[in-house]
Amino acid sequence: MASKYLPIHKLRRVYVWELPVRFYHWLNATVIIALIVTGFFIANPLALMSSKEATNQYTMGWFRYIHFAAAYLFFFNFLFRIYWGFVGNKYANWRQFLPISKQFFREMWTVFKIDILMFKKNGQQQDHLSVGHNAMAGFIYFLTFLAFLVQCLTGFGLYASMSGWWFPKLFAWFPAMLGGDMLTRQIHHWSMWFFILFAIIHVYLVFYHDYVEGRGEISSMGGGWKFIEEDVFEKDKHQTPNPNK
Amino acid sequence: MTSDTILPQPTYYDEVQRKGYTRRDFVQFVSMMTAFIGLEQSAIGQVTKALESKPRIPVIWLHFQECTCCSESFIRSSHPIVADILLDKISLDYTETLMAASGTQAEDALKHTMTKYKGQYMLCVEGSVPLAADGVYCMIGGKTSLQILEEAAEGAAAIIAWGSCASNGCVQSAKPNPTKATPIHKIIMNKPIIKVPGCPPIGEVMAGVIVHYLTFGRIPELDKLGRPKAFYSKRVHDSCYRRPFYDAGLFVETFDDENAKKGYCLYKVGCKGPSTYNACGVMKWNGGTSFPIQSGHPCIGCSEENYWDNGRLYERGSSFAGFGIEASADTLGKIALGVTGAAIVGHAVATNIGKSTLIHEHQEEGIKSEQALND
Repeated sequence: MASKYLPIHKLRRVYVWELPVRFYHWLNATVIIALIVTGFFIANPLALMSSKEATNQYTMGWFRYIHFAAAYLFFFNFLFRIYWGFVGNKYANWRQFLPISKQFFREMWTVFKIDILMFKKNGQQQDHLSVGHNAMAGFIYFLTFLAFLVQCLTGFGLYASMSGWWFPKLFAWFPAMLGGDMLTRQIHHWSMWFFILFAIIHVYLVFYHDYVEGRGEISSMGGGWKFIEEDVFEKDKHQTPNPNK
Repeated sequence: MTSDTILPQPTYYDEVQRKGYTRRDFVQFVSMMTAFIGLEQSAIGQVTKALESKPRIPVIWLHFQECTCCSESFIRSSHPIVADILLDKISLDYTETLMAASGTQAEDALKHTMTKYKGQYMLCVEGSVPLAADGVYCMIGGKTSLQILEEAAEGAAAIIAWGSCASNGCVQSAKPNPTKATPIHKIIMNKPIIKVPGCPPIGEVMAGVIVHYLTFGRIPELDKLGRPKAFYSKRVHDSCYRRPFYDAGLFVETFDDENAKKGYCLYKVGCKGPSTYNACGVMKWNGGTSFPIQSGHPCIGCSEENYWDNGRLYERGSSFAGFGIEASADTLGKIALGVTGAAIVGHAVATNIGKSTLIHEHQEEGIKSEQALND
């Protein structure tokens, strides 16, 4: 019936991702790619042959340098994001990530039914659930924050003994707790795979949402805008868990 | 037979002289030990004075689940006086492998030292303690190793967990650890424990700990894992003479390749130097002759906890226990990647089917708008 009189949507522009969030996102993406590539190289360096003397080469040194530099950026960027979770807009708020309310769980279940099991809701193939992250995405991001934490603890823990600065030494307790660098290194390596799998699914889902919803999901991390149907906007003004309420 | 077998404790210097070493040898030894335990040159006088004036520290050396490689390492330490004064001459009142006495006499000597020097003796433990089946896996003189340890630890001033077995359980505590081999620090909680891991550990560390204790009356500074900082604060990697090849990215690919002949870094054939804290690269073994990496063999990380369960000896790759026989983390990662890819393809297909109406509507709406603009 709906297809008979095809509605032409009036879209309303919503500023979802503020500039600091977008900056965080792309810096994070860049350093994670750098960390994964250099991390793989460090774990299993390529047999690069050269006729140069060893003194004139610094291949491994450069890879490690980039890895450590990127790690610092990653860490402080992560800290900044946590800070922004308290001062940013409601879509950046920390409450978006923690499953602490019944509503959060209900929304996660709905997302699971609609986006993964392809169920219909009230005869519709899609339901406009939330403007920012949906609850499922928020929860997955919460898991990535835990993975960030694991990588920071293990990574800086391993780095601590090489550094003369007090800051990495703050992490020295972590390898000590695990009994030494060996297990720490293994955990650091295992956890890296989470980032790879996350990135792939993340990118796919961005395309998926853009495709089935047509609200500018892909470009939202560029300009910060998402486009909401006028009627949905009016009806569900307070649909996202509003921290200011 | 009993109390008379143990002489009153002379000083270390008395013993050095009695053994026939010159003053020069003695001072040389003192200088070396001072450097080993990480003191400044100005402390040489203090160490000399301590060794000249203070009575020897009685040492009880217990052997449990171990292979005696620690003792072997110890008697090959770099300066002859190390072994001589500490092994022959310090009151090594009881040590199963090296003492002359046996049977009742040996047990009496142990008991005697424990009562006479209560609260003063240094207890050196080589080997782990099996706790499974009430400790029957290691029994000496009718007692389980746990009983012996608890008795001996009672009156000890400090305990040296000598070697990886005593420090972290070593190979016999590898999964599934059938005898429940347990390191000392998990059994004795109320005494200072100095861990000296290594399979075997470097002999000088023992001498260093004793000299430090004698000079200052307290155990040396320990790191977060309970190891003397002077010996365990750097990784083997940091003092490795092949380190420049590592930084340059020049690696041995196989043990018989040209790079191995050139002495390149052994990282890719499994060297655990980058995650192993020890002084091998500096102190070396057998009187400073060599250490594994110098002999062309990667470090296996023998002084690190769980080195036997944390990955393969000749590979850098991360192992992942519980998935096949030591599946590597990367293999599992690739499988997960494949599964994820397949799931994405499946989901994309399902989306186009399950949400076809919606997608169709969007397309129509878009095309309609586009055509409206063309008019």
